[in-house]
Amino acid sequence: MEENQEPRDAAGAVVGSRWPEVIVSAMLVGVAVLVITDSLRVGNGWADDGPQSGYFPFYIGLILLASSGSVLVGALLKWRGDNPVFAERSQLASVCAVLVPMTVYVAGIAWLGIYVASFLLIAFFMRRHGKYGWAGTATVSVAVPLVVYLVFERWFLVLLPKGPLEALLGL
Amino acid sequence: MDEINNLLHGFSVALTLPNLGFMLVGITLGVLIGVLPGLGGANGIAILLPLTLSMNPTTAIIMLSCIYWGALFGGAITSILFNIPGEPWSVATTFDGYPMAQQGRAAQALTAAFTSSFVGALFAVVLITFLAPLLAKFAIRFGPAEFFAVQLLTFCSFVGMSKEPPAKVIAAMMLGFALAAVGMDSVTGQLRMTYGYPPLLKGFDFLIAVIGLFGIGEILLTMEEGLAFKGKHAKIDPKVVWSTWKTLPRHWLTFLRSTAIGCWMGITPGGATPASFMSYGIARRMSKEPDSFGKGQVEGVLAPETAAHAAGTSALLPMLTLGIPGSPTAAVLLGGLLIWGLQPGPMLFVEQKDFVWGLIASMYLGNIVGLFVVLTTVPFWAAMLRIPFSVIAPVIVVICAIGAYTVHSSMFDVVLMLVFGVLGYLFKKLRYPLAPLVLALVLGDMAEASFRQSMLISQGSLSIFWSNGLVGSIVGLALVMLCWPLLGTLKSWLQRSAPAAPAEGNAS
Repeated sequence: MEENQEPRDAAGAVVGSRWPEVIVSAMLVGVAVLVITDSLRVGNGWADDGPQSGYFPFYIGLILLASSGSVLVGALLKWRGDNPVFAERSQLASVCAVLVPMTVYVAGIAWLGIYVASFLLIAFFMRRHGKYGWAGTATVSVAVPLVVYLVFERWFLVLLPKGPLEALLGL
Repeated sequence: MDEINNLLHGFSVALTLPNLGFMLVGITLGVLIGVLPGLGGANGIAILLPLTLSMNPTTAIIMLSCIYWGALFGGAITSILFNIPGEPWSVATTFDGYPMAQQGRAAQALTAAFTSSFVGALFAVVLITFLAPLLAKFAIRFGPAEFFAVQLLTFCSFVGMSKEPPAKVIAAMMLGFALAAVGMDSVTGQLRMTYGYPPLLKGFDFLIAVIGLFGIGEILLTMEEGLAFKGKHAKIDPKVVWSTWKTLPRHWLTFLRSTAIGCWMGITPGGATPASFMSYGIARRMSKEPDSFGKGQVEGVLAPETAAHAAGTSALLPMLTLGIPGSPTAAVLLGGLLIWGLQPGPMLFVEQKDFVWGLIASMYLGNIVGLFVVLTTVPFWAAMLRIPFSVIAPVIVVICAIGAYTVHSSMFDVVLMLVFGVLGYLFKKLRYPLAPLVLALVLGDMAEASFRQSMLISQGSLSIFWSNGLVGSIVGLALVMLCWPLLGTLKSWLQRSAPAAPAEGNAS
């Protein structure tokens, strides 16, 4: 990525779409191969009672292979050509700034339950990105899970994942 | 006229104080759901269904269908003011709605969007009122081949009408079909593409995909652009409404065309999203100045909104008369009817007159109430989105996670939502369209079933798709749509080089 078309300062470095394009289309080609392989496994022809399970997905896989393959080949052929901007490095950094906490949050739901995890996520965001004071952060991050609890578990009677804290409180 | 009498009776059922109250509640909740990215009509109704179990079915369906109207209206607000489609069917509204807002014409764009939504819905309700029996009779003759042809038309229109590269449109669509096929094959009972991984047994639910692609993906995209919604201010004063209304009759042809597209796509299981894209695409191609589209052309707001609302409304027609939902949200409402012990189908019109005509009357009332609610409360909804992103982003993530979890009470779905979110971000950045992916995921099983049944009838011969005039013309139209981008390249290629024999573009 150092050999971009328009070299910029280190601060405003951009990431080209070349690699993301190749990675995504290669992934789709991979999916197509998985679909075709499995369709062949379950059978893509005719049984006594009509088309087999793999009959329809097989063609879906073929069309997916052709379309994503053409994108992949196109991207590889243009490898030396122009490389449109995918995103700036700083932009990708801010995407990661939300993606990483989100991933931790999803893992946290399984472990801590949705209420505690949501409290932590909202509090983290407000402190880290919103620069809110402790009072404001605490109010919102406690209020939202509380409202969620009242609306879903009490009003709609929908059970949500719980963790050790709820077990301690006997909920 | 039997229908008029029935309708008047319906009004007497719907026009009670509690019903009007629930109508207002439904519309307000619906607009909220439509405004918040990642929360959708289908999802919102699914979450609220359990609450309505203790209600009278007529009241319950009035409230739930009003959530649907509200969501249809609400999607336009975020599309125009924030360039964020709150709903998949308002994606096409962003193309011209947001440029209009950037030019300081947000109020006009909103008025145009709401009014055209209203017009589209009104036409569709009139259609439901009078043509329900006739159209049901027509569609009941549809065999599997006709159904598959209509679905083919839907998907081919995506290729013809999308701004994205055709190969990427097809790839996104096929990914949707592939994901829909995962899990147990309902015909043979065989497991497909699970590769021995138990959570995949039940397949991919489109709700999870929608929450991930549109909810989480949108948050990632917004994050990239910085921590603030770059929203435009909007205050609709009556003068702007009036002056916009005065210009609208000029676009009567667009209204008519979009309503026709919307009603057709709603009745056949095309749905609001492809209807809005198709209507936008056709409006652009038919326009005298196609280059003005995408730069704040009012017709670019009218066309998709009219079609989306017409489709969303008329999607209830096959749901009520045949028990076949025309859209994901109609499918959720169908589930509600079954829970209340009402069997959808032709007998519903005979046995549950109060219910059916009360619902149809409430569609008229709900859309009138909806138009007034959205026109008067736009500043409130816009202010809602002006809450700092550092607060609203985690809250939307929490709501998305809850939404994903509650679909099947499965933690795996929450993880899947995150994966779809990243996929949505990458697809958006690389110009893969999301709508065909979601639609293929929703309709995948239906399309496969009708394809297999047609093949069963014809013993594997594709000739069944042009075996009669009806199916042949639908398939023909679909192939034209599919080859539309090819036509464009062919023309520019012919203009550049010496005229050569044009190669036949044949779709296998």
